[in-house]
Amino acid sequence: MRYLPHSDADRQDMLAVIGAGSIDDLFAPVPADLMLRQHLDLPAHQPEFAVEAHMRKLAGKNRAGADGPFFVGAGAYRHHVPATVDHLIQRSEWLTAYTPYQPEISQGTLQMLFEFQTQVANLTGMEVANASMYDGSTATAEAVLMARRLTRREKIIISGGLHPQYRDVVDTYVGLGENLVHLSASPEGQGDIADHIDDKTAAIVVQTPDFYGHLRDVKTLAEAAHAHGALLIVVVTEIISLGLIEAPGALGADIVVAEGQSIGNALNFGGPYVGLLATRQQFIRQMPGRVCGETVDAEGQRGFVLTLSTREQHIRREKATSNICTNSGLCALAFSIHMSLLGDAGLRRLARLNHQRASALADALEKVPGVTLLNKTFFNEMTIRIGMPAADVIDQLAARNILAGVPVSRLRPDDPSLTGLIVLAATELTTDDDIASLVAALTEVLS
Amino acid sequence: MTVKYTEDHEYVRQNGSDGTVGISSYAQEQLGDIVFVELPAVGNSYKKGDEIAVVESVKAASEIYAPVDCTVTEINEVLNGDPGLINTDPMGEGWLVKVTIDDESALAGLMDEAAYQSHIA
Amino acid sequence: MSMNRQGRPSSPDSAVSNTSPGNAALLPDEPLLFEIGDTDHSGVDLPDVEISGSRLGGHARKTPLDLPGLTEPEAMRHYVRLSRLNYSIDSGMYPLGSCTMKHNPRLNEKMARLPGFADIHPLQPQSTVQGAIELMQQLADWLMTLTNTSGVALSPKAGAHGELCGMMAIKAAHEAHGESHRKIVLVPESAHGTNPATAAFLGYQVRSIPAAEDGTVRVAEVEAALGPDVAAIMLTNPNTCGLFEPEVKAIADAVHAAGAYFYCDGANFNAIMGVVRPGDLGIDAMHINLHKTFSTPHGGGGPGSGPVVLSEALAPFAPVPFIRRDGDALKLVEHADGEALGRLTAFHGQMGMYVRALTYMLSHGADGLAQAARDAVLNANYIKAQLSGTFSMPFNSQPCMHEVLCDDAFLKGTGVSTLDFAKAMIDEGLHPMTMYFPLVVHGAMLIEPTESESRQTLDRFVQTMLGLAARAKAGEAEAFTAAPLTAPRRRLDETQAARQPKLKWEPETTPLQAAE
Repeated sequence: MRYLPHSDADRQDMLAVIGAGSIDDLFAPVPADLMLRQHLDLPAHQPEFAVEAHMRKLAGKNRAGADGPFFVGAGAYRHHVPATVDHLIQRSEWLTAYTPYQPEISQGTLQMLFEFQTQVANLTGMEVANASMYDGSTATAEAVLMARRLTRREKIIISGGLHPQYRDVVDTYVGLGENLVHLSASPEGQGDIADHIDDKTAAIVVQTPDFYGHLRDVKTLAEAAHAHGALLIVVVTEIISLGLIEAPGALGADIVVAEGQSIGNALNFGGPYVGLLATRQQFIRQMPGRVCGETVDAEGQRGFVLTLSTREQHIRREKATSNICTNSGLCALAFSIHMSLLGDAGLRRLARLNHQRASALADALEKVPGVTLLNKTFFNEMTIRIGMPAADVIDQLAARNILAGVPVSRLRPDDPSLTGLIVLAATELTTDDDIASLVAALTEVLS
Repeated sequence: MTVKYTEDHEYVRQNGSDGTVGISSYAQEQLGDIVFVELPAVGNSYKKGDEIAVVESVKAASEIYAPVDCTVTEINEVLNGDPGLINTDPMGEGWLVKVTIDDESALAGLMDEAAYQSHIA
Repeated sequence: MSMNRQGRPSSPDSAVSNTSPGNAALLPDEPLLFEIGDTDHSGVDLPDVEISGSRLGGHARKTPLDLPGLTEPEAMRHYVRLSRLNYSIDSGMYPLGSCTMKHNPRLNEKMARLPGFADIHPLQPQSTVQGAIELMQQLADWLMTLTNTSGVALSPKAGAHGELCGMMAIKAAHEAHGESHRKIVLVPESAHGTNPATAAFLGYQVRSIPAAEDGTVRVAEVEAALGPDVAAIMLTNPNTCGLFEPEVKAIADAVHAAGAYFYCDGANFNAIMGVVRPGDLGIDAMHINLHKTFSTPHGGGGPGSGPVVLSEALAPFAPVPFIRRDGDALKLVEHADGEALGRLTAFHGQMGMYVRALTYMLSHGADGLAQAARDAVLNANYIKAQLSGTFSMPFNSQPCMHEVLCDDAFLKGTGVSTLDFAKAMIDEGLHPMTMYFPLVVHGAMLIEPTESESRQTLDRFVQTMLGLAARAKAGEAEAFTAAPLTAPRRRLDETQAARQPKLKWEPETTPLQAAE
């Protein structure tokens, strides 16, 4: 067995050192009737090529993004990841290192996390960021809990433009009840949040660009929240948008959470991704998740450590700020490498390119009979209304090898008013040919 | 002025109905370098045994309990910038909160210096 | 591992007072990205397109990004040089108790990068991702067979997230049965810190269960703590002392008789996979860390993956999404129907980790997984047998499972602490074992070799540990308290880091600028 170093002779020699007759003897504390006496009804071990064949067969049943026109977004985006990124994250010292609890021999990971935190803070316009969370949706739920701790208030107002699955995750974490106020879906980008804020409100949660692609007026919302002593949580699911649109921190956001997948990470059918969480310096004691800080070693040399760890569950046990003990280290590394490769200039170009491709898509869609574009503003994603159930249309287009976006009804089956809506995204990978194929096929299906 | 101790290593320095609360020298030694303190709001009232503050070292967070029923009148803001004062001068500059004691006679239930020294011995 | 050995003094007499110069050539210090990068540099070539801006509605960015860029050769060098400051399982043994740092096969990585897995979107039509859903189903089948359970929630993103999922399922089940008054969760003193954190997060009060003298939990203690207000027990088995709980079945029966559920922390499943099925022990929910037991890489702290297996009683409460057969097709059910507890994450969980874990399972097969567990237990007992005369082992009355627990009694009077001992291991080229956990013994040292280590590696480890113990007892405390001397950094000042948190890079301000 290729992963197990011992031969049977090794095992016998080792048992002799232990003074045991067999490995079974070492399982003596297990009640005999609970020990399995034969192997489970599962396949036996296989050579590498056989496993590979099995996996390739499964992979072959899936339609990959590169196999044809692709406009699926809604919280996960198909971008190009430079080859350098994937090479570097597969280096042994990154891939197979543990959490950096021994800082003297983990300075690589720690310095990278410090750089990552700085990148995230600068990108979002915030003072500090943590060392990453599981993903954007769980980061949103954690931000809601953090806001409650900070304000010692309970009421949370969720914008109708928040990604429906993010909303569902917040519901599950926080628990439904009168202190969780959901505003109705806002596919036209209408804003009605300010009216609901009162002096019991801990935070409002607003996504921009929102689920339907609209850019939201963060500054006005921040002012409305702060007038009542409430916090503004801004959610960003397309992090590349911040290369082109204003940083939420500059507009008054108190906590910014984001899905970082678009930078450095493949689609992976939904995970693993990397959640970003950034906030104000004054809030760091209530910030969830791991955080890396700068210090010096015994000789005065600069070094980095995990810090503020008393907030974490392994110290505070039932008084921890959250129950999260893993970050998304390798995905954060991929994010950080890709961000370094982009730099200021590269990110701006990439963001403009995404917007330009989306503009071309919007222009083309507006010309299709039976299609109404709902967006006056967008970054790289938009919503259209068609006169037919969107899910059927998406299936018909998929049958023509065009993945035309996400029918809103898939995420919000409870709201019949959303049945005719499709959310579509374009990225730097979207070609004019892709758009032409979509337009032709959509015209045909709708006629 | 008298100083009394709890079994959980808080001290209260009494001056009439006024009290100053902190942690004992023994406690700061056990905790190691204090890096952060979370202090209550002035005006808050506590029952004996309620969590009144939290002190954190690098490795542990410890709740500080009210030694008697009391109301907070002042907090040691200096600790926010220099929590190390709790290590260097726990019984002096490193105090945590000043309080009004509800019932002075309750102090009789706490340990005096000699009793505390034998408690930690 | 060889990383730090070049400059190591051959005898303790030749004590060095400085970081060993012998490493400097291969372990260069690396400046921060912000000190070498430039906002004009970029490692990507992209067309510089014009945009009209009319569709940005006045939201265009005005504040600077302050993101330095690196060209490709600069980036390659920065991240390669940084990587060399890390220990890793590929370069040496990682005897971290409760962490299961086993070999990470590269076939896993290759498979996860197949476009049919890596380049598919979680919200593309399900008809176009049947292979992905089938893979999830196969993984679920393996996990349920290995544990003899009836359901599995795949979506939790890590162990702690899985714990949250399992405890939420228990809470949902109690609520569905009109048992919401159950507010207590029993947690042994030796539990992982995540257990009480998770219980408290869900509004439960934690009642602590003491361990018996031999480090295990007695059914009598559990029975004494059970009552009509108890919702669940959270028990790790094998436990955090590395011991199989001999009364686990009786504990499960008592818990069930009291109307409560048994949450098992599956952190230590590596000791028993294919050998004992947790379902046979009476568990109702158990998370499985794919990044421990099933070899997906730790990546310097994630991403993890923590699927939760569920008993028949709890299976209906699993969160969305879950898989249902729909004729010939497989369907991912994405909206709570019936009693599902809700949704724990957007999309479907850690697909990239599912691919790696299933690849690992298929590589090992049922026979190989059982052998891996047996070798993990063999290796731990092999270490235990050779350290037991020298190291103090508080719970020595039964064979250990996959990890060995020592306390610091053997260091008494030497002036060497568990921390010092661990740091001295670094100078010997080893990653330290888990320290100061579990909390039930003083100065704990928890050693988990895993099945991946050869006998030669184990022998070297034992010799190093015995050598260090001898030196500690011989009065060489200073070599320990000064350690590490040959690592890229000496001990770091954690107090300063926590007192004045500096969490991001700031440009140096000169006195002149500061005056302005």
